[in-house]
Amino acid sequence: MKINFVLNGKGRVLNAPSDRRVIDFLREDLGLTGTKESCGAGECGVCTILVDGESRLSCLMFAAQLEGRNVLTIEGLASEETLHPMQEAFVQFGAVQCGFCTPGMILSALDLLKRNPHPTRTEIREGLSGNLCRCTGYQKIVDAVEATACKKEKGPPL
Amino acid sequence: MKRVFLPHNLEELWRIIAGEPKADIYAGGTDLLVKLRQNLINTPSLICLERIEELKGVHEQGDEVMIGACSTHTSLLENPIIQRNFPVLTKALNVLASPLIRNMGTIGGNICTASPAADTLPPLYVLKAEVEIRSRSASRQMALKEFILGPGITCLKAGEIVSGIWVKKVPGFNLHHFEKVGQRKALAIAIVSLATLFKISGEEMVEDVRLAWGSVAPTVVTSNEIEAMLVGHRLSRQVLKKAAPIARAIVKPIDDIRASADYRRQVAENLLIRLGSVQK
Ligand SMILES: Cc1cc2nc3c(=O)[nH]c(=O)nc-3n(C[C@H](O)[C@H](O)[C@H](O)COP(=O)(O)OP(=O)(O)OC[C@H]3O[C@@H](n4cnc5c(N)ncnc54)[C@H](O)[C@@H]3O)c2cc1C
Ligand code: FES
Ligand code: FES
Repeated sequence: MKINFVLNGKGRVLNAPSDRRVIDFLREDLGLTGTKESCGAGECGVCTILVDGESRLSCLMFAAQLEGRNVLTIEGLASEETLHPMQEAFVQFGAVQCGFCTPGMILSALDLLKRNPHPTRTEIREGLSGNLCRCTGYQKIVDAVEATACKKEKGPPL
Repeated sequence: MKRVFLPHNLEELWRIIAGEPKADIYAGGTDLLVKLRQNLINTPSLICLERIEELKGVHEQGDEVMIGACSTHTSLLENPIIQRNFPVLTKALNVLASPLIRNMGTIGGNICTASPAADTLPPLYVLKAEVEIRSRSASRQMALKEFILGPGITCLKAGEIVSGIWVKKVPGFNLHHFEKVGQRKALAIAIVSLATLFKISGEEMVEDVRLAWGSVAPTVVTSNEIEAMLVGHRLSRQVLKKAAPIARAIVKPIDDIRASADYRRQVAENLLIRLGSVQK
């Protein structure tokens, strides 16, 4: 079927079988390998994307469901040469080790800050509780999200 | 390839169902897509309900509230009508899976999956919720506890969907409580859960109470006997301890990967006793 949607800011009309999982569509068909897959069953959050600004698991969606939607993957977050403030903070605070969880973590964190611009550390942990990280021990990830929230308070909106 | 249909309104949905009588229906897909991937379901086509606005939202109608079946857990958590009237439901939604699953999963899906561990069921039982069922030609309503027949089994017939959940406001119950025990805080399927509504008087007497345990039997467990034992008393450890053996006797848990039946019996009892320390 033809799918008409916005992908990382650009309008696209693409062909895909309607029951193609979104994760396969992004990674295999479009070569957007920033979005990861691990469990394929909703448990780990590495496949997180934003659909109309809300975090979603691309392993539990079919391509047909993208029709008319605005999709953001990690590839669409930085503008030209500048990283998004959240990406900047992940680098600065050492919140990335192997990096496998990072795309999902960052997109989930953006959903969190949209709903709750000034989360406590506990709220950050709860907000990211669907995203697993096997390397960092989470501390630095929470630091990075906290710092981004503080920066947002002072600077322009994200 | 399976065709995936995305009807935009009920009119379209009925037309598609008529043409694809064998299709499976889904809303958030957080249960169905996992089962599809495990090859537990073989279906020629799929119908996704996520675009049907008529099935979403929360509507206040006098002393009742209608919750659209395809409302996501996140949308209900953020809804002031739900927050104001049904804290017992909000508390359960707060510990259901993870924010990501809550952004996708729906209350209708949680009910229709009819898992013994479904987190919205014990709150909806104590709230005496009714399920609104629709098909192309008819609409009927029934008590949730009659709708759920067993694990994964409901009264839904071919061509029917759950369109909404009706819940009466419960201004008399001034204390709402939900506790879930799982293996960890986030993304834990309940080992045992307990939803409670209390009417507590100025003197801290229990004037009325409704209890419902999840995950300890094929369907939610309630007990008129225990409720009657608590009414007219303060929630003392002594009173609760006297009722606890009944809780142990009425639950019918299973051994599974998450916990043994014995452990579940113990926790069912403990959650009751712990009501003594709930903040009033
Ligand atoms: C990682 C993970 C963790 C989870 N943790 C929890 C948890 O902690 N607690 C919990 O309770 N659940 C949990 N779940 C289960 C699931 O997320 C919930 O049950 C959710 O509410 C299902 O809603 P859905 O809309 O995604 O259902 P779907 O997958 O869309 O549908 C589920 C079933 O219901 C039917 N259905 C859906 N909507 C309707 C309708 N309106 N009318 C008729 N039939 C319908 C479908 O045909 C299907 O059989 C978890 C799932 C995953 C993947
Ligand atoms: S791959 Fe989607 S949640 Fe794990
Ligand atoms: S950095 Fe390796 S999984 Fe998080």
